[in-house]
Amino acid sequence: MAEVSLHKVVKRYEGVEAVRGIDLTIGDKEFVVLVGPSGCGKSTTLRMIAGLEEITDGAIQIDGTVVNDVPPKDRDIAMVFQNYALYPHMTVSENMSFGLRLKRFPKDEIRRRVDEAARILNIEDLLERKPRQLSGGQRQRVAMGRAIVRNPKVFLFDEPLSNLDAKLRVQMRTEIKRVHQQVPVTTVYVTHDQVEAMTLADRVVVMNDGVIEQVGAPNELYHSPRTRFVAGFIGSPSMNFLRCKLDREGEDLMVRLADGVALTLPAESRERYREHVGRELVLGLRPEHLTETRPPRNGEVVAPFPAVPDVVEPMGMDTLVYFRVGREEVCARMDPSANPRVGEPITLAANLARMHLLDPGSGLVLGTRPTG
Amino acid sequence: MSQTAQASSVAVPRRTMRQWLKRPSTIAFLMTLPLILLIGLLVLYPAGYAIHLATLNKGMTRFVGFGNFEFLFGRETFWMVVKQSCIFAITAVVFKAIIGFVVAHFVHNIPSKGQRKWRGMLLVPWVIPPAMSTLAWLWLFDPSYSAFNWVLAQFGADPVPWTGDAYWARFSVILVNIWIGSPFFMIMYLAALKSVPDQLYEAALIDGANWWQRIWYITLPMMRNIIAITALFSLIVTFANFDIVRILTAGGPLDLTHVFATWSFLVGIESGDIPLGASVSLFMMPFLAIAAVIILRDVVKRGSQA
Amino acid sequence: MSAQTGSAAQASRAQPVRYGSMSRSRRWALRWSYFFLVLFAAFFLLPPFYMLITSLKTSAEISAATNPWWVFSPTLENYIELLTTDQYLVFFRNSALVSLIVVTLTMVISVPAAFALSRMKFWGSATLATGVFLTYLVPETLLFIPLFKIFAEVRNLTGIELINNWWVLLILYPTLTVPFCTWIMIGYFASIPKELDEAALIDGATWMQTLTKIFIPVALPGLIAATIFAFTVSWAQFLYPLAFTTSTDQLVLPVGIVTTLIKGDVFNWGQIMTGALLGAAPPLVIYAFLMDYYIAGLTAGATKG
Repeated sequence: MAEVSLHKVVKRYEGVEAVRGIDLTIGDKEFVVLVGPSGCGKSTTLRMIAGLEEITDGAIQIDGTVVNDVPPKDRDIAMVFQNYALYPHMTVSENMSFGLRLKRFPKDEIRRRVDEAARILNIEDLLERKPRQLSGGQRQRVAMGRAIVRNPKVFLFDEPLSNLDAKLRVQMRTEIKRVHQQVPVTTVYVTHDQVEAMTLADRVVVMNDGVIEQVGAPNELYHSPRTRFVAGFIGSPSMNFLRCKLDREGEDLMVRLADGVALTLPAESRERYREHVGRELVLGLRPEHLTETRPPRNGEVVAPFPAVPDVVEPMGMDTLVYFRVGREEVCARMDPSANPRVGEPITLAANLARMHLLDPGSGLVLGTRPTG
Repeated sequence: MSQTAQASSVAVPRRTMRQWLKRPSTIAFLMTLPLILLIGLLVLYPAGYAIHLATLNKGMTRFVGFGNFEFLFGRETFWMVVKQSCIFAITAVVFKAIIGFVVAHFVHNIPSKGQRKWRGMLLVPWVIPPAMSTLAWLWLFDPSYSAFNWVLAQFGADPVPWTGDAYWARFSVILVNIWIGSPFFMIMYLAALKSVPDQLYEAALIDGANWWQRIWYITLPMMRNIIAITALFSLIVTFANFDIVRILTAGGPLDLTHVFATWSFLVGIESGDIPLGASVSLFMMPFLAIAAVIILRDVVKRGSQA
Repeated sequence: MSAQTGSAAQASRAQPVRYGSMSRSRRWALRWSYFFLVLFAAFFLLPPFYMLITSLKTSAEISAATNPWWVFSPTLENYIELLTTDQYLVFFRNSALVSLIVVTLTMVISVPAAFALSRMKFWGSATLATGVFLTYLVPETLLFIPLFKIFAEVRNLTGIELINNWWVLLILYPTLTVPFCTWIMIGYFASIPKELDEAALIDGATWMQTLTKIFIPVALPGLIAATIFAFTVSWAQFLYPLAFTTSTDQLVLPVGIVTTLIKGDVFNWGQIMTGALLGAAPPLVIYAFLMDYYIAGLTAGATKG
């Protein structure tokens, strides 16, 4: 069992920096998810930990040892690939035992470990099949089984669920979480899907453009994002960003939006934003905090928000309503019983206890500490 | 700050000689070494050596510069060989391409169940070693026992001097080349035809395209790459062909069917004038190089797309 | 509502006629296709067919003025005679030995090279891959004269006589087979997903193990195609043996038949055709059994890589 740490790790391809000096420490048995849009450097980071990419600068340690020049096979890691990368000419059990056979493990030990992994993953009946006879979900299990039998210090997952259909993806997500609880190993998991990241991770690392935007527990990232990128990336549909001006009116602070909409800030956030009075800012408000007018629940501070729906999307559990404020499109999440109609003016309730104000230049969320 | 301190305390060990030997690039180099030696010693070196040889006199004792080339330019046979090589290669490739395209279409047209059988039969000429099948043609063209002439005689026609008359001999040589080569075109074009998505034809059908328009606007543009690259490949092989001419006519009658390969063999090996033979074969180089560069451009382009 | 039913009825009335005419034109297209396929097949199969006919004839029948397209008194005389003369069997043995050894050499050289070139980037690897392709385009007719002279020089320097020994062909043929086989193996290896060798690397395989335990089994169809190619090229090669071997006991089949069965102006056509047919048999048999691999290799040369 092991800790993985990255120190100022840089990856340059022909002069282009894919990873621009990241620091990260992953604790023993911790499940960390690297998430970000494609090209953000998350896969490159994982591949550097695996030893599949050379590290241009900086250092990676596994279990206290610098592994920069250690070949993948000596790093004691296991990896699950997006396309499973099962050896097509080997049976399931041969696939799983390939690494052990190369290391010349005794036959009965191999047998024991394969059976154990097959039991954990419920693939005991498939051991003699070839990969092409398996469904996508079964292949995914075999790929995980191949990692488990190795009993490695670190598990690496590279977008393992991207090739599965939506229903299977949810199922396998649960499966991965269950396996991690049964076989607790330090895990680094890469995905572009923020739902996967939120549901699986002990800690989520949001990456963008080769740097780490923010590291934190799933709920922390959702409730207190530090940058506009994180705020927009986590949560679905993503946070609304509206240009606004922060004004003082007597004791109250208020944000003025286009089209004359003005929202009064709750008293407890006055202190936080006082120094920014008079500035042009960006208001960040999640669709789920912009709802139909209803009696406020615990801790909610609501302000009326007029809207004329452009598009109405019933989702079943709730209904998404799109409308415009000035030139910006805003999404609100309403209860289906509110029954909004296109073109009919309504008044929404904005839960201002959960809003954020952002600096339009730096993209930093105001009132939080910037990350390094 | 603490992170910076930590980073500098993590020392990256230096690579040793042993590690260098284990490096992928070193292993890769060792794995390709036999290939490099083969290409270097048996292809590149002889090719360069040919240029050196071409500048020597017959006994290979004296440097004569462009003497051999001057000698060749002054000989009528040489110009005949240039002409014949070009006529041979271009005519044969054009007909191979047309026949290959047409036959590929017919095979593509029939139900896919029977396609394998037909394809298998039609490729037979390509599978038989050319020297062997040319012998069969030689026998079919035999001056006294030609089976073709027997058929013609049944219709009261005069016997055709298949290999005896200059023009008929040229025709025969090209015919045999077409016979051997068009199955290759057929296979390539058939593979290309199969790679055109059916939806394109369906879309064209809905847009009101007729049979001819579908070939002109969909099939041909989609196959352009394969058509070009197959033709260029074949041009190189046909231009450098030896077996057919050697066996069928041996260059005759009166050296009128010689191509570069057969003539350089006659001059260089059989008559023992190695430098002159080398000079003759070197004349193939510019023709081949042009074709090779065009193919290579296409191959590199596709490589970068992938 | 009534208008809709009306137009639907119209459509259903009109449809059988149009459908019928379409299928009729389709049927005619099919008939024409078969007609022309039969014609072309006759053209393509005529020489081998004529080889077979002639091989079953006696010398007397061949020189008689009867219908050459028919065998009146079939005999296996030619086959028996050829297969009992040592000379022809020596040609066959030489051809078989040369082809089998060349195939082995070719695979030993080209498979690791193709693996390295398709997977392990090193200095100059891209140039080398292009070079392999260019070498494949260099015809033997360009190289045989300088090689002949070089081998003569080797004898002068070392005393090793290369010319007029069948095994000189073992040095020459790989120049024809290795570039092509390397090229198509690069194509086949490149089509194996990169994750597969990364998985093997993480599983602890060395590069050699990745090649032998993963790549070769996975690219087996390509390997078979390349092997078939190397064999047919070696078996059919005519120029090199014609230039480099002369003694009858050193000849391979194609050259042996052409030079020894044609004695001056006396053509023993029955035996020549029998010899040629037997010479064509090994590639034809391989083709008959492994047609799909054969065709895959043929098309891969120009479309892969």
